[in-house]
Amino acid sequence: MNSTVVSYLSQAPGYALAVNKLTELFGFDATGFVNFLLFFLVAFIVVNVMSAIGGLGTYAERKISADLQMRQGPNRVGPYGLLQFLADGVKMIGKEDVLPAQADRFLFLVAPLMCMVGVFASLAVLPFSNGFTLTNLNIGVFYLLGVSSLVGVGIFLGGYASNSKWSMLGGMRGASQIISYEVPVTLSILAIVLMTGSLSFDVITEAQGGLPHEWFVLHNPFTFIGFFVLFIGALAETNRAPFDLPEAESELVSGYHTEFTGMRFAFFALAEYVEVFVVCGVCAALFLGGYKVPFDLGTGELIMKTFPAVHPMLAKQIGNILQLKVFVLKTLLLYYVVIWIRWTLPRMRVDSLMVLCWKYLTPIALFNLVGCAVWLWAFEGKSVWTLIFKSGVAAAGGHH
Amino acid sequence: MSSHNLDVYMPVLILMAFAAIMVLGALLVGKLIRPHNPTELKVTPYECGEEPIGSAWSNFNVRFYVVALIFIIFDVEGALMFPVATVFKRFVEIGQGGAILGSFLLFISVLVLGVVYCWKKGDLDWVKSYQVSTDYNEKKDK
Repeated sequence: MNSTVVSYLSQAPGYALAVNKLTELFGFDATGFVNFLLFFLVAFIVVNVMSAIGGLGTYAERKISADLQMRQGPNRVGPYGLLQFLADGVKMIGKEDVLPAQADRFLFLVAPLMCMVGVFASLAVLPFSNGFTLTNLNIGVFYLLGVSSLVGVGIFLGGYASNSKWSMLGGMRGASQIISYEVPVTLSILAIVLMTGSLSFDVITEAQGGLPHEWFVLHNPFTFIGFFVLFIGALAETNRAPFDLPEAESELVSGYHTEFTGMRFAFFALAEYVEVFVVCGVCAALFLGGYKVPFDLGTGELIMKTFPAVHPMLAKQIGNILQLKVFVLKTLLLYYVVIWIRWTLPRMRVDSLMVLCWKYLTPIALFNLVGCAVWLWAFEGKSVWTLIFKSGVAAAGGHH
Repeated sequence: MSSHNLDVYMPVLILMAFAAIMVLGALLVGKLIRPHNPTELKVTPYECGEEPIGSAWSNFNVRFYVVALIFIIFDVEGALMFPVATVFKRFVEIGQGGAILGSFLLFISVLVLGVVYCWKKGDLDWVKSYQVSTDYNEKKDK
């Protein structure tokens, strides 16, 4: 077990004690067992918290849309209607599970499962903070691209298994849209991989700084455009408006989940909202500095220097919590933008959707990739600010 | 940091298992409380009140196939470029970035040619316009 969160927790004083006790008890080295238990616990917490975030996402969607349309939104269940998603969940569990007679029963079950498995597996590499990444894969970005396309498979299977024409059309559209937008997304992520020389989220985040001019989005003109290409592509990959054609309610009833009722439908919705969180997190980690706190507050070194009395472990933990907060804040800001876009822009037509992907985003992303490669080669990876500062210093020096 | 040990993938398996347990568990719990009363009308596919004609598993439009083909090319290209992108910075640092950049650009330019070809042929248009038949008629008139 080599997950970052476990290696972080293993610095806690109780860890060695527990390992020793269990080793005596079992008669063999219990490190692996304790690590497994620790990870199991952490994963359990993460899965639950992320499900709650997905549920709160539906609440936020309704509340923000209400706000934008000058309505009240849900406000009956719990304070400010915050527990609405729990009430919805309970209602969904009690709903009848209607299985269409001609449906493929096995695939009808597999489809929501595939969506949920794909989304939750992509949580494993999301860098919440320096000590709190579930696992630090050296192919993190590549892994994320691969696992998140399981959701596309789930959506297509949902459309196919229902044996309904609306579902089939929605599923086909979903599949073609998701694979099309995968191309610009992959290309703009490649540009960042090029700049850092690593596929690991940790290294990519550490290559940036806490302040906006140290983020990759403002590193050079190409990454600036690349961020928007990635964000638009991410919207399309999660089937969010203005790209929500697979579930376009005005033409396809409800698209790929027309025939799904109760919990099966709920899992499609939950997977979508958690996936939005994941892609917002990826955008934040790759382009917006991820968990980096301004002035290196996240490492805890400044706290140790200013207050020498503070235990180093405590300082590091305070830093970690700051990092976690910064990452979640950035992600939630992007989440808000996603919802804002949904309730502002009208849905695109299916042909203009494909034109946008293949005739605009893909060439722009290719151009960005080449631009980043040339920039890295010509300026040795210095950011545009470093270059301006240097030329400014050189010019000032020239006058004297 | 990350090693080549496969242990780092254990968390992935555990997370996937959690997701699967969540879905199956909720469906099983639901089975105990939810009503089960399928009627003949309830289990027909929804088609806005019309009686469904035929199966939905019929032939679908060939343009989805074209999109899938173009996607395969670009996805393989992306997969092939990941290793190059990963080592590129190290080559720049030791002063050999030019050669890698050259081959990188060559590789991309082949793909750009492919995009231009698809674009000119109209395969990137969702609704493809056929010019062929009119050309044929013009030739016949002569």
